[in-house]
Amino acid sequence: MASLLSRFCRKLALPGSAHGSRMTSTTACGSETVKSLNLYSAINQALHIALETDPRSYVFGEDVGFGGVFRCTTGLAERFGKNRVFNTPLCEQGIVGFGIGLAAMGNRAVVEIQVADYIYPAFDQIVNEAAKFRYRSGNQFNCGGLTIRAPYGAVGHGGHYHSQSPEAFFCHVPGIKVVIPRSPREAKGLLLSSIRDPNPVVFFEPKWLYRQAVEEVPEHDYMIPLSQAEIIREGSDITLVGWGAQLTVMEQACLDAEKEGISCELIDLKTLLPWDKETVEASVKKTGRLLISHEAPITGGFGAEISATILERCFLKLEAPVSRVCGLDTPFPLVFEPFYMPTKNKASSSSSLSSPSKTHIF
Amino acid sequence: YLPHWNWNCLTTDSQSEKSAVWIMALSRLSSRSNIISRPLSAAFRRSISTDTTPITIETSLPFTAHLCDPPSRSVESSTQELLSFFRTMALMRRMEIAADSLYKAKLIRGFCHLYDGQEAVAIGMEAAITKKDAIITAYRDHCIFLGRGGSLYEVFAELMGRQDGCSRGKGGSMHFYKKDSSFYGGHGIVGAQVPLGCGIAFAQKYSKEEAVTFAMYGDGAANQGQLFEALNISALWDLPSILVCENNHYGMGTAEWRAAKSPSYYKRGDYVPGLKVDGMDAFAVKQACKFAKEHALKNGPIILEMDTYRYHGHSMSDPGSTYRTRDEISGVRQERDPIERIKKLVLSHDLATEKELKDMEKEIRKEVDDAIAKAKDCPMPEPSELFTNVYVKGFGTESFGADRKEVKAALP
Repeated sequence: MASLLSRFCRKLALPGSAHGSRMTSTTACGSETVKSLNLYSAINQALHIALETDPRSYVFGEDVGFGGVFRCTTGLAERFGKNRVFNTPLCEQGIVGFGIGLAAMGNRAVVEIQVADYIYPAFDQIVNEAAKFRYRSGNQFNCGGLTIRAPYGAVGHGGHYHSQSPEAFFCHVPGIKVVIPRSPREAKGLLLSSIRDPNPVVFFEPKWLYRQAVEEVPEHDYMIPLSQAEIIREGSDITLVGWGAQLTVMEQACLDAEKEGISCELIDLKTLLPWDKETVEASVKKTGRLLISHEAPITGGFGAEISATILERCFLKLEAPVSRVCGLDTPFPLVFEPFYMPTKNKASSSSSLSSPSKTHIF
Repeated sequence: YLPHWNWNCLTTDSQSEKSAVWIMALSRLSSRSNIISRPLSAAFRRSISTDTTPITIETSLPFTAHLCDPPSRSVESSTQELLSFFRTMALMRRMEIAADSLYKAKLIRGFCHLYDGQEAVAIGMEAAITKKDAIITAYRDHCIFLGRGGSLYEVFAELMGRQDGCSRGKGGSMHFYKKDSSFYGGHGIVGAQVPLGCGIAFAQKYSKEEAVTFAMYGDGAANQGQLFEALNISALWDLPSILVCENNHYGMGTAEWRAAKSPSYYKRGDYVPGLKVDGMDAFAVKQACKFAKEHALKNGPIILEMDTYRYHGHSMSDPGSTYRTRDEISGVRQERDPIERIKKLVLSHDLATEKELKDMEKEIRKEVDDAIAKAKDCPMPEPSELFTNVYVKGFGTESFGADRKEVKAALP
């Protein structure tokens, strides 16, 4: 816990890491007031600000009225009233469809899907309605004000239906954006950007980090730009790309690799669709190796897209095949979770430069 | 808002009144003079009744019907049935309480949704149907599994993720299945099991088995769109599917009146008939399920709404008291507890004494403790089980551990 805390704080303290595309609140360095918050509190703050700054924004979903099962919506109903922050019945398809309609009328609808594993009844609405509304109406209508928030990812004991990472399904749909924050500070800025982005956004929050991640978060209103990846750790030997909670694991692997003299560059993708190809490309051209890691099953995971694109762009600069350290191709298991997860050991053994390079499928 | 209930259950018939008088006379006799009457009372000390004459029980409330004629309030039963109801419900109750302790001891991980308070639904349903009739439900499935013939050992092994669990440790609390008694589980995504259940009913109709399917769901899931799709299809094709809404009045923490415009779930079928049943009365449930089975085999789908209550919160991570008062919970426990009701019936019909029932409960406690001890000794599933049963065959993915030696498994 303490190491996690120091890790996040260390990221902020290092001036060297504010490199390239890291434009997080550079305007607010000295005069900003910051507060130590965990992920759900940061998201809560972002929602408060969003509702405050736009009187035509609404937050709804299952159980959001009392604060939500993960406490992300605490205090909203009390402050903004039941007409703007309200509970819906248990019907994901209805909730998202309803949100699309609301957004089509020029409002900002911030929809909560209680757990990403439950998002599938709404999949049709997201793919067929939200993503294509602007396109098929020739820009007469749009549902850009729609933001769908869902907690995703493993939590240690979630089992089949409280641990899934469905981001890959949504990355396959032109017309929506997919955003995944890695820490409280990022989450607040990214969520505000997502809500204010004029396109429908699916915002996945790593539920493992709701309480675990604590960081200094500025109290004012700030936005972190979408579709800009961030190099959170500079290196020269290998590039590692990830998002969300997996970055914590990857950072551990980086630290282990450093002990063996391997300098790792760690990139947080932040926005998966549309993703920042340039940053990753520049990094891989520098290092010559790429490792991608995510919790979702490896086949058809978003790592495949990154791998294919980087291969196209950096083929001559690559010294080894692109490596993917991901979840296994099984349903998310119950007792076998520790075997399933892409742990730092799996990452370390894959990124080792001393072993002859092969594509390791974990 | 408080759920309404009326309970005027204790209608004793003349037979039990007579026996009550008889017992009172006896006790007066034995207490008057210890020395003289001891041999007398010894002669009158009886074991648990093995009477085979049928008993008629009145349900606590009349049934409320939608588009059909409600069944009668008089339910045929027998001594054996009453006693077995008591025993099985007490077993279910004890099992759930034990699961509570195991969860707090972190032997059960993940999610655990307990059924105590709702036992009458599981028991009443079982009494009315055969093992060829299928049951499919959501995640609150421990007691239904037990009712379908599952063993305590399988329950606890599965809860603790051991290999002898009913789903070989791969399902956990929410995914109990029992193929040989047509129990189709155990589903995490609410509402999804209802169209599935209608599909099973279609297969049953096709194979002319004279069997029906009970697709169970809760008041929260009742607002899922797929239910109405399933109802429409079932009604269109006259499928023998019975949709059972276990209305415990709270969808997680949301009271039914806040989630549903019409909390009369038995009427939700519109063109499909429905019946509202007191779900805390095992005999009402039995009667309703019997009626529903006959109806479904002849006329197609029917909805049963079981008015029931859960004492625990939604799951073990929910204290269950933030959205309802403790008074409400204890009120229901005092007035409508299903086990207490059966107990009173057993006592008033003089089928067993208080002491005998207490002994039964002690036995049950021991049974549960033994099952837990045995389950604790059961090993976890082999790591290679992570890869089994994803597909049947034809998919070869290899997985290596960090040292490239262990946890190697190739999918068949």
